[in-house]
Amino acid sequence: MVHWTAEEKQLITSVWSKVNVEECGAEALARLLIVYPWTQRFFDNFGNLSSPTAIVGNPKVRAHGKKVLTSFGEGVKNLDNIKATYAKLSELHCEKLHVDPENFRLLGDILIIVLAAHFTKDFTPACQATWQKLVGVVAHALAYKYH
Amino acid sequence: MLTAEEKKLICRFWDKVPQKDVFGAEALYRMFITYPQTKTYFPHFDLHHGSDQIRSHGKKVVTALDNAVKCLDNLGQALSELSSLHAYNLRVDPPRFALQLLSQCFQVVLAVHLGTEYTPEVHAAFDKFLSAVAAVLAEKYR
Repeated sequence: MVHWTAEEKQLITSVWSKVNVEECGAEALARLLIVYPWTQRFFDNFGNLSSPTAIVGNPKVRAHGKKVLTSFGEGVKNLDNIKATYAKLSELHCEKLHVDPENFRLLGDILIIVLAAHFTKDFTPACQATWQKLVGVVAHALAYKYH
Repeated sequence: MLTAEEKKLICRFWDKVPQKDVFGAEALYRMFITYPQTKTYFPHFDLHHGSDQIRSHGKKVVTALDNAVKCLDNLGQALSELSSLHAYNLRVDPPRFALQLLSQCFQVVLAVHLGTEYTPEVHAAFDKFLSAVAAVLAEKYR
């Protein structure tokens, strides 16, 4: 089980309370597909992904980004039980979707950058450290069923 | 491979970074507290926020990146000496991994400073640039 200090929990919940899940999720997924184009292979049926503008405006990308970040929110609500929270999703990503777990780390890093661009100076070093730890824990939980 | 458009974006937005030496120190400090294992390369440093050593080292790193931005067409040559230094003297290990952590922190600081101007296109260009820099620095490892 991951140990979270009181300060870390506070930094997580206070940042999360200000996140627009739909916008931020769409942004993060779009950036994943733009910055790491090979990830587009998992979204063949999403339609037009031919340019950054197309990706950012793609309604399927937006919808799926919202779904992904909403699911991330489950982890935020269950910080003391993240592994169990993502057990089913881990199986899905491993056995059905066949996603290389390295991609979870990439998406986590992208989410951090989206938060930094959004919160600017308020995304302090302590915030970044806590959130990098959180995305790492979520990525690890999603990769769990692969072993 | 950086496209012509990406090179333009890098030059343009690198120029927008205010107080470059502070920017370097900020990235380093964030790296130390986010990824504590990186502190092992600086046992002789005062790693508190705002320390003179972090400031001066941050300035060194940014000066090197500044030079790299001016030589985007020939990163290998521009960073050749630093490449040897990292391979034979510093041996930052594992080579690409630790440098990736610093790259992430540089991008966070860029995002903090540029806010909405750190668009997906600018983000992609810098991610590629920093990866290319890390690859050159890791080139001579074996």
